[in-house]
Parts: sequence; C-alpha cells; structure tokens
Amino acid sequence: MTRISKHLGLAALGLLATTALTHAQDADPMKVGVIVTLSGPAASLGEQARDGFQLAIEQLGGELGGVPVEVVVADDEQKPDVALTRVNGLIEREDVDVVVGPIFSNILQAIHKPVMDAGRILISPNAGPSSYAGAECNPNFFVTSYQNDQVHEVMGRVAQDRGYERVFIMVPNYQAGRDSAAGFKRHFEGEIVDEVYTQLGQLDFSAELARIAAMQPDAVFTFMPGGMGVNLVRQYNQAGMKDRIPFLSAFTVDESTLPAQQDAALGMFGAMTWAPDMDTPGNAEFVDAYIAKYGKVPGSYAMQAYDTAMLLDSAVEAAGGVGDQAALLEAIKAADFQSLRGDFAFNDNQYPIQDFYLVEVAKRDDGMFQTQIVEQVFDDYGDVYASECKMGG
Amino acid sequence: MLDTASPAAKAPATATTPADAPAASAAPRPPLWRREALALALFAFFAVAPAIAQVGAEGYLLSLVIRAMIFAIAALSLDLILGYGALVSFGHAAFVGIGCYAVGILMAHAVPDIFVQLLVTLVASALFAFVTGAISLRTKGVYFIMITLAFGQMVYFLTTSLAPYGGDDGLTLPSRSTVLGTDVLENDTVFYYLVLACLVGVYALLRAIVGSRFGRVLRGTKENAVRMQAIGYDPYRYQLAAYVIAGMIAGLAGFLLANQLEFVSPAFISWQRSGELIIMVVLGGMGTLTGAIVGAMSFLFLEEILARITQDWKLIFGPLLVLVALFARGGILGFFRRAK
Amino acid sequence: MYTTLILVQTLNGLQFGIILFLIAAGLTLVFGVMDFINLAHGVQYMIGAYFAFAFTTWTGNFGLGLLLALPTALAFGLLLEALVFRHLYDKDHLEQVLATFGIILFLNQGVKVIWGSSPLFVPVPDFLQGSIVLFEGFFYPVYRLAIIGAGLAVAALLYVLVNYTRAGMLVRAGATNAKMVAALGVDIRRLFMIVFGFGAMLAGFAGAMVAPILSVEPGMGDNLLILAFVVIVIGGIGSIRGAFLAALIIGLVDTLGRTFAGDVLRLFLEPGAASTIGRAVAPMLIYILMAAVLFFRPAGLFPVKR
Repeated sequence: MTRISKHLGLAALGLLATTALTHAQDADPMKVGVIVTLSGPAASLGEQARDGFQLAIEQLGGELGGVPVEVVVADDEQKPDVALTRVNGLIEREDVDVVVGPIFSNILQAIHKPVMDAGRILISPNAGPSSYAGAECNPNFFVTSYQNDQVHEVMGRVAQDRGYERVFIMVPNYQAGRDSAAGFKRHFEGEIVDEVYTQLGQLDFSAELARIAAMQPDAVFTFMPGGMGVNLVRQYNQAGMKDRIPFLSAFTVDESTLPAQQDAALGMFGAMTWAPDMDTPGNAEFVDAYIAKYGKVPGSYAMQAYDTAMLLDSAVEAAGGVGDQAALLEAIKAADFQSLRGDFAFNDNQYPIQDFYLVEVAKRDDGMFQTQIVEQVFDDYGDVYASECKMGG
Repeated sequence: MLDTASPAAKAPATATTPADAPAASAAPRPPLWRREALALALFAFFAVAPAIAQVGAEGYLLSLVIRAMIFAIAALSLDLILGYGALVSFGHAAFVGIGCYAVGILMAHAVPDIFVQLLVTLVASALFAFVTGAISLRTKGVYFIMITLAFGQMVYFLTTSLAPYGGDDGLTLPSRSTVLGTDVLENDTVFYYLVLACLVGVYALLRAIVGSRFGRVLRGTKENAVRMQAIGYDPYRYQLAAYVIAGMIAGLAGFLLANQLEFVSPAFISWQRSGELIIMVVLGGMGTLTGAIVGAMSFLFLEEILARITQDWKLIFGPLLVLVALFARGGILGFFRRAK
Repeated sequence: MYTTLILVQTLNGLQFGIILFLIAAGLTLVFGVMDFINLAHGVQYMIGAYFAFAFTTWTGNFGLGLLLALPTALAFGLLLEALVFRHLYDKDHLEQVLATFGIILFLNQGVKVIWGSSPLFVPVPDFLQGSIVLFEGFFYPVYRLAIIGAGLAVAALLYVLVNYTRAGMLVRAGATNAKMVAALGVDIRRLFMIVFGFGAMLAGFAGAMVAPILSVEPGMGDNLLILAFVVIVIGGIGSIRGAFLAALIIGLVDTLGRTFAGDVLRLFLEPGAASTIGRAVAPMLIYILMAAVLFFRPAGLFPVKR
C-alpha cells in the first residue's frame, strides 16, 4: 500500500513539475492565444477561424506589425468549463498578450471575465452577444464579426422590403435561437404565423416541415448553424418546398455547410457582412490563397479571423509593439486596416459598424459552392446596444 | 496476473469487490496511517501543490488541481452508491448542477452568503435525491441506470429553459460567495484550501460511513439483497439513505464548481458529464474511495496533458481506457495493487 | 388541415421509430443474450453512415454503396468483437462501460481524422427523389417512405429469424439463460459472435439509410445511443418485440410532442405561457415517459422471463 502511494505521489508531482516547467522560456516579443471550437459537431467553424488567422500570420511573414509572433491554438471543445481551464492556461502558462476567440456566445460568456480580470485583450472573431455590447462593455474587449442580432435584423428588413406578409419562424431552442427570432422581428412588421423552437442539435425536421407546408407562409426565416442547417436545407429541398416557399436564413447556408448541402442549397438566402465574391481590395487574393492552402472556400469565420489578424497587425505597428497596452488598445480601436469587407470601424462599444448584405448560394466555376452578394441591406450599421455602453475614460 | 481468459464459472463476488472489504475479523488491523497511506499521500500532495506551483503559471496549475479536487468530491459521492451499493447513477451530474444553480440563482438575487447558499444547495440536492431516489430504487441494474439518466435529463432540459438565468448560455456570477460579508474566497489560495478541506472532510465522512454498520449493510445489499432482507434489514431504506447522502455531496461539489468558475451552465449537467463521473470512478477503481480521487485526477490531468501533445488526443485516451478495462481489474488502483 | 398534419407527423414519427428500432434491435440482443453493455453500438451506426458515404462516393451509386457498406459494417463489427469485446464478456458491467466508452472516443476522433469534421453529403438516389402527394396539398418525401418500408421489412425478417430458425431459438434461449445454453453444448462464443456481428450490421444499416437525409458527422451516434437505450429499457431488455413497440412509441411521442406540446397546453394556459412551457417540456417527454414506465413496470413493458 505505501509503495503504491509513493508511485502515484511521485507520478503526480512529476506531472505538476513538467506542466510548470514547459513555459520557462516565454521571453518572446508577442504571443497570441487562439481559442476556438475544434472538436464536436461544430469543429469545422473553429477550424476555419484557426486557418484564416494562421493564413494571415503566414502572409505577414510570422510577424504582427513587425513583431515576431507566436500563435498558441487551444480547443474549447464547445464546453464552457473546458474553455475556462484552457483560457487560464493561455493566460497563465503561455502568458499571451492577446486572446482571439471564441466561436460560440456561451463560451464567450465563460471566458470573458477571466480574460478581463487578467487584464489581457480579448478579440472575438465570431461571437458577438448582446451581453457585452451594452452596459457590460469593456475597453479590453473587441468584436470583429458583428453583434449577433444584426444578421437576423438583415433578414427581417429583407422580408419587410419584399412585402412578405406571413412569415414562419423556426429556430433552435436556446439563447442564440431566441435572440435570432427577436432580431428578425425588429424590422419585420408583418404577421408571424408561427414561431417554432426546435431542440438544439435536432437532425430531423420532418415534423416542422410538415407544419410549414400546412401553413403556407410567404417565407420561412430560420437560424440553424452547423449540422442542423445541413439537414434542414436538404430536407427542405427533398420535401419539394424550396421552389414554393422562399428560404430566408442566418448562419444556415454558408461556406462551412455548403460542401454538405451542395445543390440543395442553391438559391437559398442568407445574411452576412461579406461574401467570397465581394469586390474589395485583397479579397480575391485571400479567397484564392485560402482555397489553395486548405482546399475549401473560406466562409465568414475564416474572413473574420483573417481580418482580426490584419487588425492586430495594424495596431501593433501603430503602437510600436505590445509593451504599452493603452496605446495598443487605442490603436486597435482606430481599426486602421483594410478589411476584406470594405468599410469597417469600431462603435463606442467596440463592436463593428459595417455594411450588411443579402447573399445567395451559387455554384462556382470550379464546382464548389459559395455565397454571393445580392444586394446591400444596411449601410454603416451599428447595433442597438451601443448607446448603453459607457466606457470609463 | 492478467486474468483475462477466466471462464464464466468464476464466482462474481471475488471478481467485483476489491480488497479492503472483509479482512477485518482475522488479522489485527494495520494502523490508520498505513491503511490510509495512499489517501494521505494524495492529500499531502494537494496540500503542498500550491508551493510547487510557485515556479510560474500557478493560477493555471492551481485551477487545474482545484478542478480535479472538485471532480474528486463528485466522484467520491458516486463511489459510495456505485462502488459500495452497486447503484450506478447515470444522472449524477444533475446533483452537481443543482449545486451550481443554487449558487447561480441566489447570486442573481443578491444572496451571496456562503452559508445560505450551502444550506440551500444541500437541502435542494437532498430533496431531489430523496424524491428521485425513492422512485428510481424500485428498479434494478440497468433499469436503475436509465431511470437516473431520465431524471438527469429532466434537470438538464429544465436548466436550458431557465431564460431568466441565461438558458443554454449559462450564467456568469458577479463574484464568489462571501463569508460573513467578506470576499476572502476571491483569494485563490484561500479558495484552494477550502476545496481541499472539503475533499478531506468528504473523504473522512465517507470512510466512516463505509466502515460503519450502515456501510456494511449497504455492501451486503449489493452482494445479496435477499439475504439482507432475510436477516432483518430493509435494503430499500439503506440504499435510499446512501443515495441522498451521495446526492448532497455531489451538490457540494457543484457549489464549489460554480464558485471556482464563477459561471454556471447547463453543459455541466449533460449526460456526458454523468458518464464521465462514472468513468472516473471505474478508471480509478470502484469501491475503494481512494480510487475515485485517483480516477478524477488521472482523467482530468491526462486529458489536459494529451490535449497539449496533439489535437487528436482522444485517439490516445480512448485506447488507454480500453487497456485499463482489459488489463487492470479494479482500475488503476487495482493494477498497482497487483503490481507490487 | 389539422388532422392531415397529425397524419403526416405520425408518418414522420414512424420513420424515426423505425430507425431507432434498427439500432435498438442489435443493442437489446447483445445486452439480453450476452449481458454485455455496449456503449460503442452508437458508433457502429455512425460507421455505417461513413461507409455508405465512402462507397457511394467511390461507386457513384447509392444502392451499390449501401450494398458494400453492409458487409463492411459487419466486418468492422466482427473485427471490434475479436479485438476488444470478446475479452470483456466475463467482466463487470462497468468495465465494459469503460472500454466501450474508450472505443467511442477513439472512433469519433478517428472518423474526424480520416474524413474531416465537416458534415458530409450523400445524395438521395435518383429513383427515390422527390415527394409524392399523400393528401391534397401535402407532400411526403419518397425516400422517407422507403426507409419505413425497408425498416418494416427488416423487422419482419428479424421476427422470422428469431422465431423460426435454430439460431433464433438459441438466441431466445440465450436471452433467458445463457449458462444453460452453453451447458447444452452450444458453442456460445460463436453464438455471441453471430449476434454481435448481426447487431453491428443492423446499426450500420440504419446509419447508411439515414445518410442521405441526415448529415454524416463525427459523434452522430452518441445521442441516438442514449435514445436506443431508452427504447430497450422501455421495451424490456432482450425482447425484440418490446424494442419494436418501444421504438415506435418513442418515435411518435418525440415527433408529435415536439409539434403539438405547445398546442395541447394552449387548451389550458394562455398562449405565451403555453409555448414557453411547451418548449421546455417537449424534449423531456421521452424521459418522463421512461420514468413513468419504469415506475409502474420496473423491468420494462415486455420483460424477458428468466
């Protein structure tokens, strides 16, 4: 018995010692921690963000603003408590200057406080919940994607402009889903014939589709990220409804899901700040480089991460390194970089002010699928929460 | 040593219960420090870990160890019913969740006092354990596993629909619990030792319970419920009492978890979490108490270390679990026992 | 309108139930006959879907892909049996849980390494494309009807196999008393292997069949595994008949519950509260059902007599 305990005790001590020692040499000029979802059903979104960020770093010659940079990637496994442990690791063990991530709002909810408490800079390349856009805004926190509601608002505006009178809403039964429905309704004044909340992770939508078919609405609005969207789109198509009832969506048909949806998604609508075919400086080069390197068409997740790296590049250069955090924060807020989206500026709450577009799924010449710009819906659009943000100083 | 090919005829009793059960009558019991050497070594390790961690990233390392200790508490509680009572609860994360949400909801209503929160946690988890246990214990074996899963899932879906408390996104706590109006728990070292004290306390309590007449009846029920009934014990009442105790301790673990993370989420209550708790207990060696601590530590530390080596760490971790199941009867502890 | 909606939803529930049955059938046999808790049964469903994807892409034909996927799923199941499961039969239930949990981790990650993490696409075969008109204004996808048909055919085949063949008789006897069967001189290991391989193939078949309507992705079997356990526990472990009925019940309750829970509550509550509560209760329904069934019948609806 004593022998066992000695074995185990030694093993445990050794383990602790190795974990403690691996971070001995961190005198590097700059370190960025990227924490995104790399396992589970939504892994492909995190992979896009990671790849987009790393592509930018590679193009910048391994430097941000002339400072050599080391990128440490961590997987949050889409579990809030795992994310918390990993982000603690990034801060304490890797001693990163900036944390970039995450993909999902609920993960952001978990890691926001520890990163802020540690006085580091957090830049979200995707999640943009309302919770940190208003009174809870923070000088160390930036969002380079959008405020979540905005994308849904685009669709509400489109439905309104097109004169749809009866719209059917179907979203997953979780916070982001409920926010999505609320965002849609902000600009849509017609009748909501029914609001269906599906189980998160639901894969068979036959029940809901039958209901839609029975109600015969003018259009359907939905928000089904990841695998849910793949299934919904294909089942919608199989049920023969695509040609009869227009399909308005957010995060349901995009470059992360199109490889699995393919022809089934052709002609379906989405809302975004960007599309691969957009005619902005550097965009075509970015798309080509991404395809050449990873064999897939980049989606907004990759674009936003790429933009985040470019934003950091401009800011580090302007601030002359990462030594002076106040200067760095100011330089980030200035957003003096060329976004792939064209117009880009930070609002008072450090969420973006940018243009929003209606996009449609189309087939590329090389046989792959992508979204394409149909029309601009909002110009230099900020979110509704920014007015509540009173940033100290 | 590696008894894989033993034919089915073997008596099941020897196969399932690891060493420390019967011995008592014949040989004189070895002194306490020898019997509990492994547990004492583990606690000593936990006690000095903050000093070792001074090397650098102490916050990170300590949070890892705190996490391991909290899961060890939850695993210990599960070991009481699983290892000693053969009651495999597949909804144990629900109790952890009740502890988490007791803290979260009280915080949201500006009741940050540790004693109030702890009281609510224990009462709520005891009540839940009593009601669901009373129903679940009508069933046996796999049916018990599944009915506890059902109750766990109900709590899970309930918390995801608690929109005022964040729903699926979870709830960020403004601070840790306060002690008599002070925020001493904000200090990570203080919190660390609080968790350690809870772990030691829970271990001592469970050790006492297991060694008492109550524990012997519980174990007897596991081996042969009919016989226990014949000699005048009502297995149901003993099992229910054990279930309630286990639920309360798991609730305590939830209370600590919420305080450590300053965040609560339905993700803590998913069936995968309940499954992981079972895996921890079995991995360490069930029915030994110490095994639960070893299991929780190995599970979490391995996960953390392997994840650092490769993104595809599950390709290594999965087969490791298979190997333990195949070659280490009685989990890690059983393996080391036989290796000496 | 409402009655036709209910009818269509009933069909959907049936289709879901059939898929559940295909998975649960193997699980209940392996459990009933071999007293073996196989958590890795869900990944066999996933593997079936991935094989269907691989072979359909390779041959360019779903029918051919399905035909190739079945023996491959069977072979894969047998390989797992020989490598791991065979050595676990005499072990404690929880050690089986530990090992099969390890296999889940490994295979979920394995398919991700091989095929990537994005959901994959399997096209619906041409002759099963589109929808047919069931009622005026109502369309139902042909492919889903095909799933119902194929599933019922398999169920019938299973019924015949289990009730009218020697192997089936042994399986039934094994579910009641495995030791007795062994004592009668039957090669119990071979029987186990057959049951196991057959169960793996059924799960693989289910996975291959749903590949064109659901997305093929890592971990797709995890939630279905839990549902399959719910099914076999409600049905009574070891009972094919129980699994069949329970699978249909669960399929119907889940599908109809999701659609109508809010509507039913609206009869008693004001609309806002009704839809809020309906949303919270709908996903819980099958678990409430299971708890209720086990409360009144602690060994399921059709307990196998021992």
